[in-house]
Amino acid sequence: MIDSALKDALRTGAGSAIHEAGPRPSDLTLRLAGPGDLPAAAAVLMGQSMTLATVVATDETATTDGDLKVRYIFEHTGAGAPDRFVTLLASVDPSHPEVSSLTTAVPAANWHEREMQDLFGIVPIGHPDPRPLVVHDGWPRGVFPLRKAFDGTQRVLVEPANEFPHLVAEGEGVFEIPVGPIHAGIIEPGHFRFTSVGETVLHLDARLFYTHRGLEKRMEGLSPLDAFYVAERICGVCSVAHGLGYCEALEQIAGVEAPLRARLIRSIALELERLYNHVGDIGNICAGASFHYGTATGSRLKERLQQMNERLAGNRFLRGLVVPGGANLDLPDGLLRLLTVTLEDTLRGLDGLMGRIEANPSIVDRLDDTGVLQHEAALDLAVAGVAARASGVDRDARRDHPHGAFAGPDPTILNVATVPDGDVMARVTVRALEARESIRLIDEFARRLAPGPLRVALAEPLPGGRIGISAIESPRGEAVHWLRTDAAGLVDRYHLRSPSYHNWPAVALAAETAIVPDFPLVNKSFELCYSCTDS
Amino acid sequence: MLRILLNALRTGVVTTRYPAVPSVPPDRFRGAPLLRPGSHLPPPGVCPVGAISEHFDHGQRRVALDLARCVFCGRCAEDPWADAIAMGRDFELAARSRDDMRIEVIADDPAGAAVGRTPDPDMQSARASSEIKRVLGRSLHVRHLDAGSCNACDWELTALLNPVYDVRRLGIDFVASPRHADGVVVTGPVTRNLETAVRRTVEAIPEPRVVIAVGACAASGGIVGVGYASAGGVDQILPVDVYIPGCPPRPEAILFGILVAVGRLDARRASSLLQST
Repeated sequence: MIDSALKDALRTGAGSAIHEAGPRPSDLTLRLAGPGDLPAAAAVLMGQSMTLATVVATDETATTDGDLKVRYIFEHTGAGAPDRFVTLLASVDPSHPEVSSLTTAVPAANWHEREMQDLFGIVPIGHPDPRPLVVHDGWPRGVFPLRKAFDGTQRVLVEPANEFPHLVAEGEGVFEIPVGPIHAGIIEPGHFRFTSVGETVLHLDARLFYTHRGLEKRMEGLSPLDAFYVAERICGVCSVAHGLGYCEALEQIAGVEAPLRARLIRSIALELERLYNHVGDIGNICAGASFHYGTATGSRLKERLQQMNERLAGNRFLRGLVVPGGANLDLPDGLLRLLTVTLEDTLRGLDGLMGRIEANPSIVDRLDDTGVLQHEAALDLAVAGVAARASGVDRDARRDHPHGAFAGPDPTILNVATVPDGDVMARVTVRALEARESIRLIDEFARRLAPGPLRVALAEPLPGGRIGISAIESPRGEAVHWLRTDAAGLVDRYHLRSPSYHNWPAVALAAETAIVPDFPLVNKSFELCYSCTDS
Repeated sequence: MLRILLNALRTGVVTTRYPAVPSVPPDRFRGAPLLRPGSHLPPPGVCPVGAISEHFDHGQRRVALDLARCVFCGRCAEDPWADAIAMGRDFELAARSRDDMRIEVIADDPAGAAVGRTPDPDMQSARASSEIKRVLGRSLHVRHLDAGSCNACDWELTALLNPVYDVRRLGIDFVASPRHADGVVVTGPVTRNLETAVRRTVEAIPEPRVVIAVGACAASGGIVGVGYASAGGVDQILPVDVYIPGCPPRPEAILFGILVAVGRLDARRASSLLQST
């Protein structure tokens, strides 16, 4: 029903475009007649309340198509929405690589378009802020590292460069505060350029991608089974989520499905990852508000969970549990008992910590009304995860794009927690509610575990020329994985859109409602990954 | 306030006694791979990061494993190679040179032997708790430097400050300014976008200083390797004093590596004192 309405709207709005199913049977791909048709087609999808999921550029100059391609992929989110991605596929002439920019109509496309300009040399015409994003420090002009002709295995040396043109406010009494990329604590690198009057933040320009390691290029040409180990290590604290997302995309390509016991174990791992992140994050937010009892309690609870991770998976970040085709390690009864006891203690500790936070007016005062992200802004920027739900956006990839134990017949019901306020307190509250929900889910998944196989074999070579797409709810929100194999069944292109990628611009907006000394608190309440974003 | 005090008392002391008391990792822990000499060891292609290599010497097939590169995924110890390689539980793997992290054995010959990895004498001394007390008579302050890590090593460094590891009890602390530091712990392979910042930060640390590469990426490039955006390890940019293998190394493994570095710093301070007198 919705499907045919959407197709009709696209036919009217986007002219002679060709529709086909894919990448998954429930998805839709629309081949645009020209790159200029993009804004009209995107407007139709936005009119259907769809959200930008990811943008994937590919270099197909060596194939019979002889072009560059850009895929703008949209999705439905929200309760009762269909699990469907709609891809707008534009062919770009390599001798004249231009597309019409979507950023003014779809603000979430901003960084995607700047990234494809840096890495593929595809120019988004009409982009309001076309500064370089991913490449820094005198990167040679006209060199595009994700083009197939570029040899990615050689170092490109750092050259002296002019200072980056930061976007700043100017005027009498306005001053600039440069922070980073090397920060005072044990944190990831990024540069924040504040302009402020007194302690009020007027504007924040964040420059990231310092940890850009070229991992997408690194994976190209590898066997998809080898490339898994790279995907699992894009981010330390999202190891399960990214490993799982890659596996689900790969399993679509291979045409296999992980057995039920493996799916349950995968979902237990995903919830454990969420739990140790959320509990540690609540502790870190206490650090931002100088509540040291809370910091120590949060880090102690997180440590206990990570020690349990090591007993379950042999690795404190649960690496090695999820593998292509299923799970690599079983959860025997002894470990399940350990899991139950640890989670009971964690729940008690979490309830105690939240009780102390909520009963402490001097902490609550720091968290209330600080760093507000408006609901509309969260929608415009396609913000994901805790940050979205704390601004009243009802989206969660576990429900919107079922994966792990949420897929298949008789799926587990997920209670999605939303809070309307959009401030630091709202993000703390959502984390606490989700941590409790994770504990409930793990208990339910563990009870559903029935004897059965742990993994199915993936035969090499994998089928060539196929695309897999998956969306996983990581601790920070929805991560979208896009994987394609080449004719020989090797990795042709892999792209990860991490939740942090969409959420970083929201941190800058929220910071502008705060004072400079509260920025660490606001930043910790979003708790975004640099390495996922920069990859 | 009273409840906070009561909770703190009820929780009690949670701090580990490592390094005075050895730490035993759980059964499933994947530490240094054990290569069985003489067995049918896998070809290099089995390793997704290229940590396994082979060469032929007098007709003998020699298989080597580079612990600095290993990401401890355990793939080489899975079927059909489970008879030849097992994942051991040794995690105290820090070493002062890349050569010390090479395990080499003769394969495919029942009379084959282990030919690589002689433990560093400093490492042996760091293992002895009496030595640790002597060495840590003074404190060590380090600066953390993220050179493009995935954040896992960083989180383990943060864990060293939590109530369980609490490295301040050993006189070790992390400081905000490189000017206040005796050395630096670097995570990540050194990305192109961070190379300038890494050089400048290390140059800001007064001599004598120690440079500690934490985790596979910093020690060798790890999963990232060398590429358009990655130097492939800290020692491609700066001299490294101590390498700590792991993906990521567990907190005790990092602590062990820092202790190895303390021995090194002590020796260097002694020699500079001698020169100045």
